[in-house]
Amino acid sequence: MSKAGGTSKAAPAKATPTKAAPADTTPTKAAPVKEPVAVVGVGQTRHVAARRDVSIAGLVREAAQRALADAELTWRDVDAVVIGKAPDFFEGVMMPELYLADALGAVGKPLLRVHTAGSVGGSTALVAADLVAARVHRTVLTLAFEKQSESNAMWGLSLPVPFQQPLLAGAGGFFAPHVRAYMRRTGAPATVGSLVAYKDRRNALKNPYAHLHEHDITLEKVQASPMLWDPVRYSETCPSSDGACAMVLTDRAGARRAPRPAAWVHGGAMRSEPTLFAGKDFVSPRAGKDCAAAVYRQAGITDPRREIDAVEMYVPFSWYEPMWLENLGFAAPGEGWKLTESGATELDGDLPVNPSGGVLSANPIGASGMIRFAEAALQVRGQAGEHQVPGARRALGHAYGGGSQFFSMWLVGSEPPTA
Amino acid sequence: MSATPGPAEMPSPVPAAPPAREVAVVAFAQSRHTRDTAEISEAELLLPVLQDALGQAGLRAGEIDFTCSGSSDYLAGRAFSFTMALDSVGAWPPIAESHVETDGAWALYEAWVKLLTGDAGTALVYAYGKSSSGEVRDVLSRQLDPYYVAPLWPDSVALAALQAQALIDAGATDEAALAGVAARSRADAAAGPHARPTGPVPHGPYVVRPLRTGDCPPVTDGAAAVVLAAGDTARRLCDRPAWIRGMDHRTEAHALGVRDLTDSPSTRLAAERAGAFERPVDTAELHAPFTSQEVILRRALRLADGVRINPSGGALAANPMMATGLVRIGEAARRIREGASRRALAHATSGPCLQQNLVAVLEGDPR
Repeated sequence: MSKAGGTSKAAPAKATPTKAAPADTTPTKAAPVKEPVAVVGVGQTRHVAARRDVSIAGLVREAAQRALADAELTWRDVDAVVIGKAPDFFEGVMMPELYLADALGAVGKPLLRVHTAGSVGGSTALVAADLVAARVHRTVLTLAFEKQSESNAMWGLSLPVPFQQPLLAGAGGFFAPHVRAYMRRTGAPATVGSLVAYKDRRNALKNPYAHLHEHDITLEKVQASPMLWDPVRYSETCPSSDGACAMVLTDRAGARRAPRPAAWVHGGAMRSEPTLFAGKDFVSPRAGKDCAAAVYRQAGITDPRREIDAVEMYVPFSWYEPMWLENLGFAAPGEGWKLTESGATELDGDLPVNPSGGVLSANPIGASGMIRFAEAALQVRGQAGEHQVPGARRALGHAYGGGSQFFSMWLVGSEPPTA
Repeated sequence: MSATPGPAEMPSPVPAAPPAREVAVVAFAQSRHTRDTAEISEAELLLPVLQDALGQAGLRAGEIDFTCSGSSDYLAGRAFSFTMALDSVGAWPPIAESHVETDGAWALYEAWVKLLTGDAGTALVYAYGKSSSGEVRDVLSRQLDPYYVAPLWPDSVALAALQAQALIDAGATDEAALAGVAARSRADAAAGPHARPTGPVPHGPYVVRPLRTGDCPPVTDGAAAVVLAAGDTARRLCDRPAWIRGMDHRTEAHALGVRDLTDSPSTRLAAERAGAFERPVDTAELHAPFTSQEVILRRALRLADGVRINPSGGALAANPMMATGLVRIGEAARRIREGASRRALAHATSGPCLQQNLVAVLEGDPR
């Protein structure tokens, strides 16, 4: 089956806006040309263990209002709302978007709820971007959240399923054996995981929205922290957070009116594969590789290591940084840990990974993927504050979920996509 | 920053521009909906349905550009229930795939948008629900406001009864008219192989006044799948594609106290945006699990007396939660493909008392 075309690479030179050109050109029936999508507003809550001062509605509204304020838009400017979160059992509310319609100003508008496990924050943003790209809507509010303190995520994930292996004491129990497999396969020394955790927790000190602000963090403290799921230590593990993240996505005309620089979507993709099957590579799943390849193809990236300036990567357990560095094509197979060890992924390295502190420093699960996407956008907009990577022009946002089976990614740039 | 629009406020309907690309339903399959499928998993429920739909289109799983599904963890009683259902798709090599935690009609909407972008030429959409896993009346109460309403456990039939009584009090219908809707749905369902009308007669005893057994949907397990294709691909895969001329969905406030339960402004607005009022339709597949809701939808959609309503029997005959709305689109498309309809409307709903509504308009090529 051939694709019908219409990637950003296929777009003609009309991506350069001129005053004479109308904002919306009517595409032909044969070969639609996608509308370029711009991120013009980003909002987050301050992620914490428990936001007892707000309801779920209060939490999401806070992030949405901050995104609208960043874009200098009002609720009336929003044509549609796309919302995501991880399993409903985490808060104990079935399809909470129905109850949230009022808080999100969605009354009278389309409200779409996405759920793709841990990758959902990214997938939600991509669904919202498609609404703009297809010219179904001009300005879309997208939001993802998790209010883990409302319930208990551990039990939410531990409901018995017949004929299926249990999650083995939470997500850490599921992923630890795959970290072991990575270490055995690549010969990585046992110290690499702690380097990642030490880096991300220091980066988080520069990010006011991060959940963990460990001002007294040292590498020795990380290495001395209790072993939870060997080889994953307590300090190499993400926290449980309450939090929400929102973005305003809009078309070319909307971007022209935006008060601050826009981040432009140059590529976006989702890929899925089964959780369990003979031949699945849990260390470097093919769905992740295929997803990255699709994004790079759309964005015209041929050498991600050189051409991408910052990466916001979904790293809930520290060892997933070197693993994903390989999966995403930043390092050859077996070489990811060397990149981490070299310091290249530090905030002042030549490939900063998780300048925000990442999932290791804040994990409102359903929102975590969107935070990665939003932080990538902040980097190329030059709006990342103290954790800004100087001069970042292209950034990757990455999310994954399930048993390393669902992937969503986007690549954003400081300039609009061109032919 | 201005305030949120008031809860009852609906934007003035502006007809939407026609879609940028022709997209059609080219295949539709559904399970034989039954009361209980305890002996099979969701993947086993889905597998024959997916194979049927793909077979109709002459495609294999690996040839689909985009896949999207609709389901609900709360029906299955466990988190990430959709991940196992993915096994029935055969997602290897990896596929471009997404999921909505609601009725599969919204999954079809997401797939339709994906096809409109030009990034995909074909899409597989599926949905399933095993209502038998729990007490669906109680389970649905968990989707209400979790702080003020859900702790009271108002069940879905009670809420629908509230709506039905408001409708009767407004003089819009009466119990005899509702029984007529039930009788028509049962008669239509009996003619087809998929639905499963239960109970002896439309009237039956009261469940919650004024609703009787015949006014309420059966508890149903089932699955459905649709294949979408764009432009010439659709013509190649199908003799008579059911073209999606427009599709839109709209939400209302959640709190029942701020809504006029006898009306469905979100349905009317979605229909307007989907172009439903531009020309008359001859068929309407309405996702109305309760007889009284059909009365409301008929009025909101301005359906003339001659329009064939729910020739499949509708949700009153088979209500596989999360697939029921997708089945409406599939049934409308089937009528077009079989030449029984030239222009059909399909409707799906979600949330208590018709909170969220989707409308699709489908047409066949002129013969």
